[in-house]
Amino acid sequence: MANEIKVDCVGENCPVPLVETRKAVRKAEKGDIIVVQGDHSASKKEIPMAVEAMDLELLSIEDKNDHWQIKIKV
Amino acid sequence: MEDKATLIVESGDYDKLYSAFIIGNGALSMGMDVSMYFTFWGLERLKKGQLDKGPLSKMNFLGLGKLYMKYKMKKANVRSLEDMLQDYVELGGKIFACDMTMEIMGITKEDLRDEVITEYCAVGTYIKEARDSEITLYI
Repeated sequence: MANEIKVDCVGENCPVPLVETRKAVRKAEKGDIIVVQGDHSASKKEIPMAVEAMDLELLSIEDKNDHWQIKIKV
Repeated sequence: MEDKATLIVESGDYDKLYSAFIIGNGALSMGMDVSMYFTFWGLERLKKGQLDKGPLSKMNFLGLGKLYMKYKMKKANVRSLEDMLQDYVELGGKIFACDMTMEIMGITKEDLRDEVITEYCAVGTYIKEARDSEITLYI
């Protein structure tokens, strides 16, 4: 059964959203979904780069009211 | 070539330590292996209680500039150097301490934060790793 892991980085600055995403990836098991939220704009571009570099699957990038949300499948 | 970043941290300046750990943690986060070699003034920062004690590399103004920078960083919610070091270790980053610097500056293992140091080494270890690294930086 795949788990959904939430990573809340709203209000966090460089490089925290990337770092916390990586920590979650390390702890996740194959098939888990990681949902990262944040409002640091460079991270919205860079987390997908990290996802690609680590050969993970990018499920979605969404803009919410005052933050973005990225879903990753491990 | 391996997917690896190798950094020399020669500076003990506050802002340069930030550069080193931000780049190191960024590389780990993008799935690379990272090694940091601490030498000279950089190694001073691995002494117990010294990580954030370096001056600003520019406009330090006897510490006033650094105080202002710390204030601005706190406002921008920048993570502390100590937290960045903990992140670095948690993500599997390696830390090497230069043993010649220890000898020259009279630094012993007891003075250093042994729990975060992977290995005590000399230049050969650095070259061995750096020659396979896609990114090498001297900070």
